[in-house]
Amino acid sequence: MNALQHFFAMGDHVVAFFRMGGYAGYVWPAYAVFFAVLIADNVAPRLRRRRILRELRGRLARQDARARRPPPTSVTPSP
Amino acid sequence: MAKWIPLWLHKLGSPPTFYRFAGAVRPWAMGLALLLGAVGLYGGLVLAPPDYQQGDAYRIIFIHVPSAWMSMFIYAVMGVSAFVALVWRMKLAEVVAMESAPVGAAFTLITLVTGSLWGKPMWGTWWTWDARLTSELVLLFLYLGVIGLYHAFEDRRQGARAASFLAIIGVINVPIVHYSVVWWNTLHQGSTVDIFGHSKMPWDMLWPLLVMTLATKAYYAASLCRRARTDLLALEGGKDWVRHVAEAEAGR
Repeated sequence: MNALQHFFAMGDHVVAFFRMGGYAGYVWPAYAVFFAVLIADNVAPRLRRRRILRELRGRLARQDARARRPPPTSVTPSP
Repeated sequence: MAKWIPLWLHKLGSPPTFYRFAGAVRPWAMGLALLLGAVGLYGGLVLAPPDYQQGDAYRIIFIHVPSAWMSMFIYAVMGVSAFVALVWRMKLAEVVAMESAPVGAAFTLITLVTGSLWGKPMWGTWWTWDARLTSELVLLFLYLGVIGLYHAFEDRRQGARAASFLAIIGVINVPIVHYSVVWWNTLHQGSTVDIFGHSKMPWDMLWPLLVMTLATKAYYAASLCRRARTDLLALEGGKDWVRHVAEAEAGR
């Protein structure tokens, strides 16, 4: 019985915590914006880095292919 | 003057060395930011008592004020590195200035939105054109101007120089933001925390605020490291060391 009461009291604490004294509608959105903006700030350079390296590898592969291609032996002018 | 300081700085100014240095610092700074953030938010949201006037609504302070401080701190860092970039033509200073701008803009946006969410229940309005709010909005526009100008040029270094000029001119706004609550009669309250004097805040509320301030500083360091590394890869695209990075990460 005592343990059960204790459990419900803890639930009340959790509910009170999320209610924020009636200001939940202002406090939690503020924290959500804080984390959302910082997560976006973290993801953006990651994507940019991946794009830069992908483009660089593409450029290097093209350069490689051009270097390996045999030079044209004869150029025949079209009549 | 010790001779090793300029040499050490000179070496750190070289892009591949800084790339490695920033890569080593970043995880530690991020870990510190997450640890301090967790401690600070637990202290602010759970341990600190509700305010006698504002109830629990004041708890927005634990993200609003550190973000506002960061919006000014990052602008100052950006201004100083923009100055170094223009005077000494140092590539790394350009990178630090230009990659600080998005982080500063992020914190300024957080400051404005959380302030708005705090203003509605306490002042009864989301927004008012008072000196503090308006100057902080101008700060956001300055950040966006620097970011836009940097990317408006085909040549990145030319863009960085143009944007550095704007960043330096905009430094004038930082003291205006800071002293706006003193110089003008504002709806926004004056400062509660005084680093060098007596803060008008009980310790239970003050320590989570200070821990959150350190957390946002560490976050800025981590984010700047990541962004500077990325920008260096773009700037130094043709160099051998970038080629090695690209090849090493080909499997991913």
